[in-house]
Amino acid sequence: MTGQTPALRLDGIVKDFPGVRALDGVSFTVMPGEVHALMGENGAGKSTLMKVLGGIYQPDAGRIYIAERETRMKGPLEAKANGVMFIHQELSLAQELSVAENIYLGELPRKSFGRVDWPTLYARTDAILEKLRVGFTARTRVGELSIANQQMVEIARALTVDAKAVIFDEPTASLTDAEKVVLFDVIADLKAQGVGIIYISHRMEEIFRITDRISVLRDGEYRGTLDTAQTDETEVTQMMIGRKLDLSRSAATVEPGPVALRVEGLSCGTLFRDATFEVREGEVLGFYGLVGAGRTEIAETLFGLRKPTAGRIFLKGEEVTISSPIDAIRKGISLVPESRKEQGLVLGMNCRDNITLPQVADLTAGPFVADGAEISIYDQYRDRLSIKSPSWRTLVGNLSGGNQQKIVIGKWLSMRPEVLIVDEPTRGIDVGSKSEIHNLLRDLARQGYAVIVISSEMPEVLQCSDRIVAMYNGTIMREFTAEEVTEDSLIQAISGLNSGAAA
Amino acid sequence: MKTDILKKLVQNGAIWGFILLQLVFFELAGRYWAGSSTTFIDLDNLLLLLKQSAPIGIIAVGMTIVMVNGNIDLSVGAIYALCGIVLLDSLGWPMMEAMGDGAIPLAMLIALATGCVLGLINGLIVWKTGVDAFIVTLGAMLGYRGLVFMYNGEQPTSNLNWTMVDMAEWGIFGIQTPALVLLFVVLVVWLVMTRTVHGRNAYAIGDNREAAVNAGIRVGPHMLINFAVIGFLAALSAVVFYSGSGSVNPNDGMLFELWAITAVVLGGTKLTGGKGSIIGTLGGVIAIQLLRRGLNHIGADTETVNIVIGTILIVVLLLDRQLNRKASGELKV
Amino acid sequence: MADTAIKTFGGLLARQGILVAFILFMVGFTLWNPRFIDIDNVFGVIRSSAILGVMALGVTFVVIGGNLDLSVGSMLSFSAIVVLDLHENPAFGPALAIPAMFALTLCLGAINGFLVGYLRLNSLIVTLGMLSAIHGLTLTWSGGQNMDIADQGATWFGVFGRGTALGIPIPVLIFVALAAFLGILLAKTPFGRKVYAVGGNPTAATFSGIPRARVVFLTYLISAFCVAVAGLIQASRTMGAQNTVGQGLELEVLAAVILGGASLLGGSGTIFKTVIGVLILGFIQNGLLLAGLQFYVQFVVTWIIIILAVWLDIATKRGKLWSPIA
Repeated sequence: MTGQTPALRLDGIVKDFPGVRALDGVSFTVMPGEVHALMGENGAGKSTLMKVLGGIYQPDAGRIYIAERETRMKGPLEAKANGVMFIHQELSLAQELSVAENIYLGELPRKSFGRVDWPTLYARTDAILEKLRVGFTARTRVGELSIANQQMVEIARALTVDAKAVIFDEPTASLTDAEKVVLFDVIADLKAQGVGIIYISHRMEEIFRITDRISVLRDGEYRGTLDTAQTDETEVTQMMIGRKLDLSRSAATVEPGPVALRVEGLSCGTLFRDATFEVREGEVLGFYGLVGAGRTEIAETLFGLRKPTAGRIFLKGEEVTISSPIDAIRKGISLVPESRKEQGLVLGMNCRDNITLPQVADLTAGPFVADGAEISIYDQYRDRLSIKSPSWRTLVGNLSGGNQQKIVIGKWLSMRPEVLIVDEPTRGIDVGSKSEIHNLLRDLARQGYAVIVISSEMPEVLQCSDRIVAMYNGTIMREFTAEEVTEDSLIQAISGLNSGAAA
Repeated sequence: MKTDILKKLVQNGAIWGFILLQLVFFELAGRYWAGSSTTFIDLDNLLLLLKQSAPIGIIAVGMTIVMVNGNIDLSVGAIYALCGIVLLDSLGWPMMEAMGDGAIPLAMLIALATGCVLGLINGLIVWKTGVDAFIVTLGAMLGYRGLVFMYNGEQPTSNLNWTMVDMAEWGIFGIQTPALVLLFVVLVVWLVMTRTVHGRNAYAIGDNREAAVNAGIRVGPHMLINFAVIGFLAALSAVVFYSGSGSVNPNDGMLFELWAITAVVLGGTKLTGGKGSIIGTLGGVIAIQLLRRGLNHIGADTETVNIVIGTILIVVLLLDRQLNRKASGELKV
Repeated sequence: MADTAIKTFGGLLARQGILVAFILFMVGFTLWNPRFIDIDNVFGVIRSSAILGVMALGVTFVVIGGNLDLSVGSMLSFSAIVVLDLHENPAFGPALAIPAMFALTLCLGAINGFLVGYLRLNSLIVTLGMLSAIHGLTLTWSGGQNMDIADQGATWFGVFGRGTALGIPIPVLIFVALAAFLGILLAKTPFGRKVYAVGGNPTAATFSGIPRARVVFLTYLISAFCVAVAGLIQASRTMGAQNTVGQGLELEVLAAVILGGASLLGGSGTIFKTVIGVLILGFIQNGLLLAGLQFYVQFVVTWIIIILAVWLDIATKRGKLWSPIA
């Protein structure tokens, strides 16, 4: 591939956020006609990098070259004008409009009096759709399409311009196997046309099937590029995880106590099936798997937010049904949810009110909320979790991500639960706060809590857990103890590679 | 699959099915229950119905495009009254009186221009300040109503011009001017919304604003145009109505905004924007008017109309939600 | 130094802008015409604002809970007509008419609350439908006739609208007492906290074990209760009512609530601020009247003030005067 002009070249891209350096001198090159995988754990900086490429963030240093021409992207439009197209994980389509209108959104061909030139629009669209070999037409309403077909519409959008580089962000997350085949064909076509492709995915199997080279990011730094043909999963995994993982946990595990929660054959529609596991007092059970593997849904079911379609739940040996979050809280289950801002906090409320929210009805003096009791709970958890906030009056929306997460954890600790479920405890949190929260979770187990940690970050589960459950596609594939687990076996279990070895 | 077909049917044809049902029901109920001597399904009756639908109907068409765009306009009733006053009052200006009947088109133009400007003011405020359209037009509803009162105090403004009355009562094939104007407006706006770049972009903005912005669609000008159009249509509605009636009471047009929204929602337009059809709105307007006349026909109290319309609105909402509920995987949140 | 002063003042404006505006307005008018803050005049203003004000107190709960209530206007007509009709009914009389009217009005609020809270329907459309339905109900009840108390001298019913205690008009006392009670309910009790949480982030509230449906339901009950009180004052003051007495009030009430600084998105606002919003509307009207202007000039002034107030609020939040809309 040498001698060609690169389709896209990044040179020393730096992006700082308050308190964190999200990207630290990232450089790599995508050649025309190459499928270039971009890998890294969650939080390694992939999505920040993509936003820089898409013109949503401006880099603090470094340059972007498209076909060796230095380019500044001031916004999504400019990225498009420069031939950089994105296939987003979250779809950005207008559901009520036709496929053709979505593909040419903002650029509908015109006739006199501002009329839309439908024949031209449909002809152009049909030509593109033909290339994609899809089963719908230019006139189909997007809302009627399956998610996979909607993704195809997004891809078709990328084909309307003379794209130099197309970036696929986890494109297969919601596709069936048959749909994946079509997608890979499309990628092959693009490749044949000399387009440079960046392919972001966690799924090793796909990476090794379709990519030419693999670049790895770790903690915002570029770790190197490998030829796909000359490497293997182990090498890539090691590059992603980097430093020999510090598996020595912050403290020796205490002998686990009696079983706090036992789940037998729990299922919820197609979201997850036949989940069986238990967690003891004084122990951390890790749930590891890709986004969409069913981990969060299990937690939501245990918290009464979903109705299980089968299975039994035992708390301290006693069978229970959990019909609502209120019910779950009363029975001693707490959930620190996945999305801090959407599910965990009322951002317009102050720190104290957020912490005491689930128990505010019990913190009363006569008919009134007892101010003093509330403040003392806030003070207690501020000290215990070292929450950095100017005062209890500060609105939670004004705190940093790490402190916000501590508020959510504090909220649930103050309920003194039997079982504490923590979903993605450190998503979007800087490195310093991360390890604090990890230590905290270990501490909680030592104090006798039964803790379930759900995470898509491997170091996190490895560091925190006494046992690890690996999930793939709604099924528990395997359970590991801390002693026997290796990164390789864990990655394989959650990628569905060794489905034969399901526990 | 079955629910899919049902869903489509309910979403696209429900309002017409409902209209048909009403026609049959009122015909039969009128004949066998209320013992009415006249038939309900009668051309004259239906034409009259269309004429009576016109004032709210023309406004509802404008409301549809504003709501498709993801906004709302609560000030239409006040714009309607204000433009009615402008129309009648301007005819009385000395300069205009001197022009004789030639002043009529000029007065109409002035009234229509006033409506446009009032709409533009709303649109500009929404665009430039970023204050929610609901609040901006809620304020304007009060403000414009204040202007109505300032024009002539609490006195009605009257100016019965027989040429204008003739114009208002003119018709072909028994379809009178107001009905013709309504049908014409429906046709033109329908064409604009389905065939032009502006119309399609307006849908896109209401549907997925972020996607529209990312695709380079300029949200502000489109909103501005739609507010100007609804202002214009409110004025047009006033021109059509007051040409015939010749007298504006300062409280005229109150609650028009709510009736228009009701018709629009019955016609299948989504409150959150992005979805809705002009034809559906016409159906909604006709359905409401049909209900009024029909209940009257079978001798029910007119007040029953309000109860029935309110109930239907809520039932439509319930049905819509039941049909659109995601099949599974919905959180109990 | 000057910078800090500007910042402090800006911050004060941002937080209490409406209060600052109110005080400036009052001072200005008083300097111009000292009669403005004459005690009788102040009572007069509050008394004439009492009906709107009492309704606004209830709507504040609904709006903070993240919903709208457009049915309060026709609900007011309903409660006034019903209480007057039952008053004239020998089987009821004033002593029974009042509780019966409250029960019926609360039923209407319960329907709103059930549809919006438990069935989770869009509150704008639901209460719009209820506006229409309740109007029809009122007309059916009254047969389209105005209601009047035949023998006004023979009843104590007028006390709620016309009476005074300790020289203070009863409507003013009711408004103040209800504002104090609801203000405490909202600011100091667990229920109030839950209303803020449900309006601020309904999902997070559910995840925190707050029964969202019940909270929303109760906000509509409170709103209906306030309407019933307002209807009682209205009926008692005029000893008669038209079917349309509350028509259009729903949006004026909402304007007062928004003027007070409650966000239509829910989760913010206080009873105190709503009272200020109501008083501003009342005093503007009064001030303009004293200035020799007609009452309807207040509509125009209200329009400008509402938009400026909300604009100022969001401009401080986004740190830019003009919106970023392209």
